Amino acid sequence: MNLGTSVLKVTRVGILKGRLLAAVSTLLIGSSVFAATIKIGEVGSMTGSEATFGISTHEGIELAIKEQNAKGGIKGQKIELISLDDQGKPEEAAIATTKLITQDKVVAILGEVASSRSLAMAPIAQKYKVPMISPSSTNPKVTAVGDHIFRVCFIDPFQGAVMAKFASENLKAKKVAIFRDVKSDYSVGLSDFFKEAFLKAGGEVVVDQSYSSGEVDFNSQLTSIRAKKPDVIFLPGYYTEVGLIAKQARKLGIKAAILGGDGWDSEKLYEIGGKSLNNSYFSNHYSQDDQTPAVQSFIATYKKAYNKIPDGLGALGYDAARVLFAAMETTKTGSTAEVQGALAKTKDFQGVTGKITMDEMRNATKSAVVLEVKDGKFLYKTTINP
Amino acid sequence: MKNKKQNKNALNPTDPFCGFASLRWWLLAVAVVWVLNSILPDLMGPYYFQILILAGINVILAVSLNLVNGFTGQFSMGHAGFMSVGGYISAYITTQLIVSHPEIMNDAILGSAVFVGSLLLGGLGATCTGYLVGLPSLRLRGDYLAIVTLGFGEIIRVVFLNMDAVGGARGLSGIMQFSSFGWVFTLAIFTVFTVWRVVHSAQGRVLLSIREDEIAATAMGVNTTQGKVRAFAMGAFFAGVAGGLFAHYLTIMSPGTFDFNRSFEIIIMVVLGGMGSISGSVVAAVLLTSLKEALRPLQQLTGVDLRMVIYSLVLITMMLARPSGIFGTREIGDIYRDWRAGKAPKDAKKLKASTPSKGGAA
Amino acid sequence: MSEFFQYVINGLSQGGTYALVALGYTMVFGILQLINFAHGEVYMLGAFTGLYTLRFFGARIVEFYNLALSVGADQASTTVAILTAITVIVISMITCATVGYFVERLAYRPLRNSPRINLLITAVGVSLFFQYSGQLIFGSSPQPYPDLFENLESWTFGSDENLLVINPLQVFVFVTAITLMLILRHVIFNTRLGRAMRAVSFSHELSSLMGIPTNRIITATFMIGSSLAGAAGVMVGMTYPKVEPLMGSLPGLKAFCAAVLGGIGNVTGAVLGSFILGLAEAFLSGYGAPTYKDALAFTILILILLVKPSGLLGVHRTEKV
Repeated sequence: MNLGTSVLKVTRVGILKGRLLAAVSTLLIGSSVFAATIKIGEVGSMTGSEATFGISTHEGIELAIKEQNAKGGIKGQKIELISLDDQGKPEEAAIATTKLITQDKVVAILGEVASSRSLAMAPIAQKYKVPMISPSSTNPKVTAVGDHIFRVCFIDPFQGAVMAKFASENLKAKKVAIFRDVKSDYSVGLSDFFKEAFLKAGGEVVVDQSYSSGEVDFNSQLTSIRAKKPDVIFLPGYYTEVGLIAKQARKLGIKAAILGGDGWDSEKLYEIGGKSLNNSYFSNHYSQDDQTPAVQSFIATYKKAYNKIPDGLGALGYDAARVLFAAMETTKTGSTAEVQGALAKTKDFQGVTGKITMDEMRNATKSAVVLEVKDGKFLYKTTINP
Repeated sequence: MKNKKQNKNALNPTDPFCGFASLRWWLLAVAVVWVLNSILPDLMGPYYFQILILAGINVILAVSLNLVNGFTGQFSMGHAGFMSVGGYISAYITTQLIVSHPEIMNDAILGSAVFVGSLLLGGLGATCTGYLVGLPSLRLRGDYLAIVTLGFGEIIRVVFLNMDAVGGARGLSGIMQFSSFGWVFTLAIFTVFTVWRVVHSAQGRVLLSIREDEIAATAMGVNTTQGKVRAFAMGAFFAGVAGGLFAHYLTIMSPGTFDFNRSFEIIIMVVLGGMGSISGSVVAAVLLTSLKEALRPLQQLTGVDLRMVIYSLVLITMMLARPSGIFGTREIGDIYRDWRAGKAPKDAKKLKASTPSKGGAA
Repeated sequence: MSEFFQYVINGLSQGGTYALVALGYTMVFGILQLINFAHGEVYMLGAFTGLYTLRFFGARIVEFYNLALSVGADQASTTVAILTAITVIVISMITCATVGYFVERLAYRPLRNSPRINLLITAVGVSLFFQYSGQLIFGSSPQPYPDLFENLESWTFGSDENLLVINPLQVFVFVTAITLMLILRHVIFNTRLGRAMRAVSFSHELSSLMGIPTNRIITATFMIGSSLAGAAGVMVGMTYPKVEPLMGSLPGLKAFCAAVLGGIGNVTGAVLGSFILGLAEAFLSGYGAPTYKDALAFTILILILLVKPSGLLGVHRTEKV
């Protein structure tokens, strides 16, 4: 692999040259011109407790790059992806970002999944004025770091409101139980905004229970939820736990509908949860039944490449990369400043995860769909616009 | 016997390392750090510079843990917990102060004062936690202590996870980036200096006696519990300071960062460097922090991240082949002296004899 | 009121899973005074062995039992499922015993005479090694466990208001934990091997002077402990059908806490401590603060070590000089 050897070379020439390179790089940054290949960096957790999310995202990004290169890259130049593992640690994410920007001279950075690590990376990307696109960090603070930080996913307030609206209007729920993953910032954020919106809609939160990701036995929390007899359970976790929770909930005799967010989107959800997931709904970026060519071709190529149905994180990774390519294609020289400008102007980009428009806070605004889980299929239910 | 030897060396004017004990030497080092602070970033480039700063923070963590694990012979596995206490306290103070008094940022001296003050308070907070943790748990024997401190580390993490004031799972973000090379290395030098002085003081003899044979030490009238708790609290202080530096470098604190894997990482540094060797900890901290980055090309070549697998294998091999670590209980100065005297380095067997005690054959 | 009983059931079943891990932990600690951090990872390996056995040979095993019992594919499926489960458990136990043998032989035995701290660090190293190589080999995303007992209905008592649900698999885990404890008690107190184990646990030197092959006994204990972890892995995988490479670390630590609570080195204590821990966690999650659940085991550990360091059923040993 040529990307590996090129990096090896840097270390092999020794520290002196590395220093020299780095010193020169600080001068050149911002005016980097298209080299033989266009380098794009990715930071993700490929090992550690959250590796499964990092790897999904990585696959989506990889696929987008393969496709773009097959089409001839960007203006005839191939794209080279340099992806670094951060082991789920913020300091590693920060170092990896610095390395990508100052050593590998990437034009843009894709990553991270978790907001806590994106927040460690964002100040560095902002400092060197290199655009960074987070595929799935939902904390509003991430893009608030500066004008070079973008995201292609929903932010917590929007998705929370979507599900609150769905629960109160479509399901006519009055009493809701919240079951959040206390370890995950995504889940906590989503729960809080759901709660706020649902209370505003005149509903009642009868119980606010929690678990921590990695656990396998949720029976006791579910028993206490069962005792409060909610109409609906809001379960904004990741598919890694949701399947088990649904299974145990149904075994305990809970018949209430279960609602969740885009963290559910994975075929693993059904593999683990099985039929217990019937009568549950989650908000997502797109529906796999959507017949638009963007969605269908993505699903087909992803299946071909990795022999599995893409999950939500894979789709977001794919879109993050494609939004970037689209922006780069509109620029003249491909400098980081131009890419940043073009990214901020992204409007109605037809991605897999919806029509993406960057708002003034560089958050993607797009409509959400609500899907129903039924016998292993995610059925389209309704679309909710921002 | 070993201590006597070090004393003798400290008094030997021809020995270039006898100056280690004098404050002048250290102040000079601090001055050098601040000079480097202004020239290094351009010389090294931001990437290597960043690794250096994190290495500095790891030096503080490893040296302070060595005081507990190496010199006192108590096996603590909760260092990450103290680190997070210090980090959260100091980060909370600076973020709150800057929100209420934004003018602090305009004044470099005032800003630094606030920063150092918050670090100290963070360190003190960690000390208090260390004291509270240490007082009951240090009555326990080695391996129980290990798991109790590990447990305390987890409890601290869970408490932060439940604390809304510091953001819970979402973490505390928007921390000012105060930690510069200068501050990190000033404090690293301060840590090494303090630990060095403590180990070579009467208090240090108490700690060493606990390590060598706790029962004999008690029999000799040494208040072992007090000695252990003091070492523990002091270790916690520096861990807290390191946590503060960490928070003000990364600008984000989240509870998940301080799980037991981080404690393990610090332990690996101490063990690799040699339990009971300050310079060993320093070398190992720098080595391991850079090794992680040096192994990145391997990750890019193979496509999988083998770093932690290599790390764990290094740890196991180390324990099997050279359990005393790189330096054993010796310091870099001892090795230099041996080398200068033309003596062959002591063989491994002798080193083994001076590693921490057998820990009671139950 | 029904909730209370439901919590008791949940607690006992969760306690059962801890007990299966704690039994192996306590045996190894009893004989070596080593906190075998890698025990949780052996448990993970056991779960994955079961997973792959079921995935690749599951159908054949089921077919075999169908033929052996000469029943149709749809008849007596529960019996076949149980037999298949037991087969998989045995395969996993053998694999884990082998893993345990090599871990002991390669990593722990060379350190038999070195400070205990070194042994502990090695154990941490072995644990990290399995965690991270497991992520590379098995992949880090969670994998669903094949559901052998798909048609098994839960037992329900009471009506809508006072519903009490018992999952037969939970009962299976509970009964297995108790049975294994009784078997181990028998082995330890009524067999030659058990006598040798007790002697070695008392003093390595003395027992080897008495002609007991100390190393072989320690290896045997290790293999028994690891095979128990293997059985636990498969059973937990079947009850909570999701396995991942990091699944062992926290349950491993919690099981250790439970073992200390009951009195480390004591198999009855390990099971007792596990049930207490399971119940405490169930009540904490149900009634109070589930967010503190991860901290509960360690809090109990600290309290018991302060109040009664030898644990509930342990015998106090004075330190020898």
